[in-house]
Amino acid sequence: MGPRVGVVVFPGTNCEYDAATALGSLGADVRYVWHHTVSLDGLDVVILPGGFAHGDYLRPGAIASFSEVMGAVAEFAEAGGAVVGICNGFQVLCESGLLPGALQKNAGLTFLCQPTEVEVASDRSVLTRGVTLGRRLTIPINHFSGAYVCDDATLAALNDGDRVLLRYTHNPNGSVDDIAGIANERGNVVGLMPHPERASSELLGSSDGLVLFEALLASVRATV
Amino acid sequence: MRFDARVEVTLREGIADPEGATIERALPALGFSGVHEVRAGRSFRLVVDADSEAAARELAQSLADRLLANPVLERAAVELAPR
Repeated sequence: MGPRVGVVVFPGTNCEYDAATALGSLGADVRYVWHHTVSLDGLDVVILPGGFAHGDYLRPGAIASFSEVMGAVAEFAEAGGAVVGICNGFQVLCESGLLPGALQKNAGLTFLCQPTEVEVASDRSVLTRGVTLGRRLTIPINHFSGAYVCDDATLAALNDGDRVLLRYTHNPNGSVDDIAGIANERGNVVGLMPHPERASSELLGSSDGLVLFEALLASVRATV
Repeated sequence: MRFDARVEVTLREGIADPEGATIERALPALGFSGVHEVRAGRSFRLVVDADSEAAARELAQSLADRLLANPVLERAAVELAPR
């Protein structure tokens, strides 16, 4: 049996099937987790997938961050469980304080849906452990609010702690320091704007996303 | 006591405001000159029941800081008027 992965579904989430399919293709034992769920016992990984949770009302991730499941996600993360927020999931993790900073409207004020190239900048996180530093991956982005913003002290802490895991090679959205993905101090909570599940087959134009998901499942297998 | 509260949420100093900048760039094309430092924000209107103006202000500010604004990017200013 592969690692047990829970994919959280909020009203308005729309990437859960893609994420579940991509992780399932790598041998993960995937199930969906509804946002009213209060216990994540028995899971090895929690994925917060992309979409428009609660219609993105107020701010992307703002309402979702108060969902019942987020209390359980915080406990799961505190216990060392692997949590990965993709796109809207990254926004939820920032809004709920599990990751620092925030995602602001893209600098060009346009919705961006395109393949982007990112470079692996840290191998300390659950999503990049064992991946060669500097490796370039082509993974799509699909967002309006994807410009990562934080204060100078937070940026210094991210860089000093080797917590920036992915950087854009051609910054598409105005993210500070070309940041495409970050981790918490322990490296078990990760957020990224690119969608690895949409780069999970050559039929989709790239299978580079599987590099990250394979690293994630390998990280978890190593600790289970 | 009942109060009309208005909460204005604006980006903090130093946070890039692409919306405000875009509006500012559009103004000369419409013939408006001499307008600078356009900042975009959001306004919320609430009716608050509380024992005093101070209590109403504290309640409105507290919910604004907790939910209406993201403190990483934004600040919230509360204005109150007795109903």
